[in-house]
Amino acid sequence: MERIPILKLGDFLLVTIQVDMHDQLVMTLQDDLTERIVKTQALGVLMDISSLEIVDSFIGRMIGNIAAMARVLDAETVVVGMQPAVAITLVELGLSLPGVRTALNVDSGMKLLRTMLDQKEMANASSAR
Amino acid sequence: MTINSQSYFPELLKQYEQELLTDWLNNQLSTATRRTGLLKEAELREQSRQLMNSLRNAVQHGSLTDTNTPEWLPVRELLANISNTRAQQGFNPAETATFVLSLKKPLLTRLRKELEKQPDLLAEDIWTTNLLLDQLGLYTVEVYQKSREDVIARQQQELLELSTPVVQLWENILALPLIGTLDSARTQVVMENLLQKIVDTGASIAIIDITGVPTVDTLVAQHLLKTVAAARLMGADCIISGIRPQIAQTIVHLGVDLSAVTTKATLAAAFAIALQRTGATFTRANK
Amino acid sequence: MPVQRDEVMPIRSSEDVVRVRQMVRQWAVTLGFSLVDQTKIVTAASELARNTLGYGGGGEVQLEIVQKGIRSGLRLTFIDQGPGILDIELALKDGYTTGGGLGLGLSGAKRLSNEFEIFSRPGEGTRVSITRWK
Repeated sequence: MERIPILKLGDFLLVTIQVDMHDQLVMTLQDDLTERIVKTQALGVLMDISSLEIVDSFIGRMIGNIAAMARVLDAETVVVGMQPAVAITLVELGLSLPGVRTALNVDSGMKLLRTMLDQKEMANASSAR
Repeated sequence: MTINSQSYFPELLKQYEQELLTDWLNNQLSTATRRTGLLKEAELREQSRQLMNSLRNAVQHGSLTDTNTPEWLPVRELLANISNTRAQQGFNPAETATFVLSLKKPLLTRLRKELEKQPDLLAEDIWTTNLLLDQLGLYTVEVYQKSREDVIARQQQELLELSTPVVQLWENILALPLIGTLDSARTQVVMENLLQKIVDTGASIAIIDITGVPTVDTLVAQHLLKTVAAARLMGADCIISGIRPQIAQTIVHLGVDLSAVTTKATLAAAFAIALQRTGATFTRANK
Repeated sequence: MPVQRDEVMPIRSSEDVVRVRQMVRQWAVTLGFSLVDQTKIVTAASELARNTLGYGGGGEVQLEIVQKGIRSGLRLTFIDQGPGILDIELALKDGYTTGGGLGLGLSGAKRLSNEFEIFSRPGEGTRVSITRWK
């Protein structure tokens, strides 16, 4: 069966979406990813959508769901590389993906994840005191 | 037998092509409205000769009432060519159409002479000639119009691109100084340009400066908010600067919610906060 | 409006939705749409195809290249024989859904196109037509 590969990069998981996703593939990704987060105890997820040519409300909702599920499992999600045409269309569609962090590319996404984790650690440390 | 056996018109063109061409040229060259500065005599002669020739060929087998048939294709192509060049040379539509229409006089004169004894056929052929040349004349105007529209469309596009420069202020910081009225078409180009530039440069902050925008209505405000939202989806932050007092008042009166967007009164203030967010520090050197 | 070219595609499965997206993209490219305009019409098509499948129980889409003066455009008409829509005005509101989605399908597709037409009666199915001009 067709699957979207999930790569482990240190504490993070990298998902690169490169195909035009039909709905079943999206659901499989949700299952696979939550499972991998638990198994690898990943602290963050980078979702690279730079090759995605469209994001409709279904795929948009899936992205939001994945971020929310990951958060419950104590992992932060950053969506990276959304194309300008896709971003303009999503805004016009009325979908602004609240609660999803974004970055221009994998590099800056990784940086953002590190900053977020540092802040989390500091918050934990100060509340423990 | 051809479908035009009822008419003398094809025969006329076949027999008197040279004479008709000479008469037509003499007419054209003696007209007071001739634009010698725009078109050389040699060129006019050549164009007239070509048209006469292709017209002659077309009427031998083509329809005499419908110039949209395949036999007329060479004539139409030639006219389109001439029309396009004239539009570029600065002729007006009337002058361009007159080129074809002025062929009526020599044609009708010659017809009258040849068909003197057959008034019925003469009347018929005068009608045919008129219709035919009118169709061709209108066609040149259509082409002329189209080529003008193309020029206008291209200029509009160029103007749009010219009026939306995105400049890099610092590493990771872009600025878009907007000047003039923002309509929907222009805002869309502005938006796309900015977002593409964000991808190209990898900048994480874009400052949209509206000091030069005279009025901000609901539509413009919405466009700005959409740009900010789209940039955020891509992973970049926007700061809107240059909000003048009246515009601040209008925005509040219109009920536009800008609370999700960082706004600054001046470009300088926006730049300072952008530098801070990208992690740059700056100090003034003491004397 | 003269129609220059048309084609009908079935919408029976979620793979069909992907195929519709790809075909609409192809046609938009042929028409010379800008990348943003391509993305908008493809996204609108995806939303409506999903509606046809999910709410209408499957149906078909007709793709047409239409001409108005010197402008050419792409018209997509989604047709199903499903239960139809009871209150069209309500269905067009952002956030309204009966199927557990985000409620952005119809209203979003409307915002992403230049012309939008909907015809539906309970029990008689739904027909949604959108046009985007170049």
